[in-house]
Amino acid sequence: MPDYEIPVLTTTVEKMVQWARRSSIWPVTFGLACCAIEMMAMSTSRYDIARFGAEVFRGSPRQSDLMIVAGRLSRKMAPVLRRIYDQMPEPKYVLSMGACASVGGVFDNYALVQGVDQIVPVDVFVPGCPPRPESLIYGIVQLQRKIDQQRLTELSSESKRIPGQPLIING
Amino acid sequence: MDSTQVLDALRGVVPDGAVDAAPAADGMPAIYVAREHAAEVCLALRDRLQFAFAPDMTAVDFLPREPRFEVVVHLVSLGIPPYGDTPKRLRVKFRLSGTDPRMPTLSGVWKAMNWAEREVYDLFGIHFDGHPDLRRILMPDDWDGHPARKDYPVQITMPPKVYEPLQVTAEEFAANVQANRDRARRD
Repeated sequence: MPDYEIPVLTTTVEKMVQWARRSSIWPVTFGLACCAIEMMAMSTSRYDIARFGAEVFRGSPRQSDLMIVAGRLSRKMAPVLRRIYDQMPEPKYVLSMGACASVGGVFDNYALVQGVDQIVPVDVFVPGCPPRPESLIYGIVQLQRKIDQQRLTELSSESKRIPGQPLIING
Repeated sequence: MDSTQVLDALRGVVPDGAVDAAPAADGMPAIYVAREHAAEVCLALRDRLQFAFAPDMTAVDFLPREPRFEVVVHLVSLGIPPYGDTPKRLRVKFRLSGTDPRMPTLSGVWKAMNWAEREVYDLFGIHFDGHPDLRRILMPDDWDGHPARKDYPVQITMPPKVYEPLQVTAEEFAANVQANRDRARRD
C-alpha cells in the first residue's frame, strides 16, 4: 500500500443530490404585497440569505426551484400564480409567506383567496404579518431540512402531497 | 366660487331643470345634473367654464333610498390661460334609479373618463350608454355581480378559479403580439 491518503470522500448519490438541491435554492420573484418588502430585506446584506444559498432571485419561473408567495393573493391573480407554478421545473417548492397568503389574513372578503394552498401545494407556511426576515430565513431552513429528507425517486410536488396539509418536519 | 355662480353661468346655455344645486358639507361647489342632459351640460362645463380636467369619477350606493345611485364626477379648472383665470374645483352628481342604472357616457367629453366609467360599471353595475369599450377593469372578466353594491355579500365562499395552461402556437403568438401593437398604435 502506498503511504499517501487518496483525497476521496464516499457517499451516496442520493445524499449528494439532496445536498446540492438544498444548498442552492433559487426563488422566483413573486412579491404580491407588503410581505415582499420583508422578502427583499431578507436578501440584503443585513440579513443575508446568501449564507443559506437562496439569494439568487430569478425573474423567470423556468430557472427557479422555490416560489415564495409573499402577500395576499386576489382571485384575479390566482390563475397567474398557478401558471407561474406550472412553468417551474421539478423539483419545485412553495413557501407561503405571511398570514394573507396562508389563510387570507385580515382580508376575509370576496376578492381574495383564503389560502394559497387552494391553488398550489405548499411546503412551508411562515406566519406573521408580515413575518420578519428572520422568520422567513427560518422557514427556508426548514424547507432545506425537508429537501434533505426527500428521496431521489420522489417528485416534490403534487404527486405525494395533499393540498391543505401543513408541513410536518421529521426529526 | 360656489355652486350658485356655476348655475348662473349655465343659465340659458343648458335647458331649464337640467342642473340644480347640491349640498356639500366641505364647501366644495356641487351641482346635480339630470342624466338626460349630461352630455350638453358637461360640454358647457368643459368649454364655457373651462373645466378641462376630470380627475376622478366614482359612485355611491344609497341602498334603501330611491334614486339609489349617485355618480360623482370631480372637475378641475387649472387656472392657466386659456383654461380659466383662477384654479377651481367642481363636483358634479348624477342621480340614477336602482331599477334602471344607466347614463350617457362622459368619455366623449373627457377622454380620461373611459377607464373611470369602466370601474364604476365593474363595481356598481351602472351602464354608460355610448361607451366605446364597457368591460370590467378590476374584477375578473367572468365575475358574477358588482361588488361595491350595498347588497353584495362581502364574505362569500367559493373555490378560486384557475385555468388550464394556455397553449399557443408560434403563429398565434406572433399574431397576438402584432394585434397588441396595432391596438396600442390605434389608441
